[in-house]
Amino acid sequence: MCLAIPAKIRKITENVAEVESLGVTRKVDISLVPDAKVGDYVIVHAGFAIQIVDKEDAFVTQGYWEEYLEDLSNGVNQDK
Amino acid sequence: MESTRTNKSINKRIDNLIQSISQINMGRQLNIMEVCGTHTMAISRNGLRELLPPYINLISGPGCPVCVTSINDIDYLLEIIRNYDVSIFTFGDMMKVPGTSSSLYKEKSNGKDINICYSPIDAIEFARNNPQKKVIFVAIGFETTIPLTSVIVKRAYKQSINNFYIYNAHKLIPPALQALLEDREIRIDGFLCPGHVSTIIGSKPYKFIPDKYRIPCAISGFEPLDILSSIEMIVRQLKEGNPKVEVQYTRVVREEGNPTAIKEIEDVFEVTDSVWRGIGNIPNSGLKLRPQYSRFDAKKVFKVKNVNSKEHKTCECGNILKGLKKPTQCKLFSKVCTPESPVGPCMVSSEGTCAAYYKYERFKIR
Ligand code: SF4
Repeated sequence: MCLAIPAKIRKITENVAEVESLGVTRKVDISLVPDAKVGDYVIVHAGFAIQIVDKEDAFVTQGYWEEYLEDLSNGVNQDK
Repeated sequence: MESTRTNKSINKRIDNLIQSISQINMGRQLNIMEVCGTHTMAISRNGLRELLPPYINLISGPGCPVCVTSINDIDYLLEIIRNYDVSIFTFGDMMKVPGTSSSLYKEKSNGKDINICYSPIDAIEFARNNPQKKVIFVAIGFETTIPLTSVIVKRAYKQSINNFYIYNAHKLIPPALQALLEDREIRIDGFLCPGHVSTIIGSKPYKFIPDKYRIPCAISGFEPLDILSSIEMIVRQLKEGNPKVEVQYTRVVREEGNPTAIKEIEDVFEVTDSVWRGIGNIPNSGLKLRPQYSRFDAKKVFKVKNVNSKEHKTCECGNILKGLKKPTQCKLFSKVCTPESPVGPCMVSSEGTCAAYYKYERFKIR
């Protein structure tokens, strides 16, 4: 149920943020991370941001995932 | 190409980690338990078991929320559905979990109003937009999910959404680990602690594990590199005889966790005992709604006659959730029990140990 890919906050309206992760945009509730700002990376779980990610590390993870997904589309990995 | 370069550097880092783990041979088998179902999947999917030296035995623990939901809870929920006109919202993994005589999936095919949701927000929105319906959100999961339920219950309270309820089967991880450690049947040499549960609770709630039981802990992220680094932390702690709680997943986990989320949990719930499927009752491992919020408790509102639950006799899920057996040691595994027709919950959930072995390791020996 956990998604380990960080998502970047694009826009905040009250307790809802528009986030983007690997090119996909969606809305998440940010009630649990009141300090979140536009530009922050967050971990999202079932429609809620649950923590702000250390920015430098977020890039490492995103790079890693892009590569993983590339493998996936090349049929190297098969999951979900 | 950028990506090929990263790929190479990741492979190199994996090699280095395997080497440094292999250098620490304690001359006996080391049982390292991964507590989180997402770790179980990552280990199986990435073939990490094969990469590690043979004396490192990775065993799964009770960290798949669907798997540990007691059969009694499933049966109770099914009784509510049969006896009341309600709309159920649940995470998809719950659909096929077998109760004694039915499952949510079967009831849905019988025409009951059962909806798969991605977030509890979907359930409360539906309740708001359909005031004539009685909406129950099936609240399962550990500390990662509990604050979400808390936010939603508070929202229903503040906005007087009076047709919204939760079927609460939430559970807490640290008391379950304590129960496993008290159970002398299992020897655990180290815990890979769950990354996202720890995102909420931080590292302190695990401190009793090294302090009282002298067992190393590493809070791990979810990529192969994270998991191998965490295993390396554990074997190094063992070698040095210095057990502690180390955080490998530092990009997300802080020592104090997420204080806002912890407060949300405490505002809405209080600690109580809870029955874990396959394990039994574990003191202080569950939650109940505080009196102020008890009118959202589906069990109090929708009363049913006593349910008589019976587990499948041959299913080994209990021993698997305790780390005592591997799926391949279950007689039914892949012969009778498959993801298409699961006998036990460990085969249903996408995070279940039997499902992970079935999908990725069924033809391997170790
Ligand atoms: S293989 Fe099926 S029957 Fe056997 S333990 Fe796993 S879920 Fe239970």
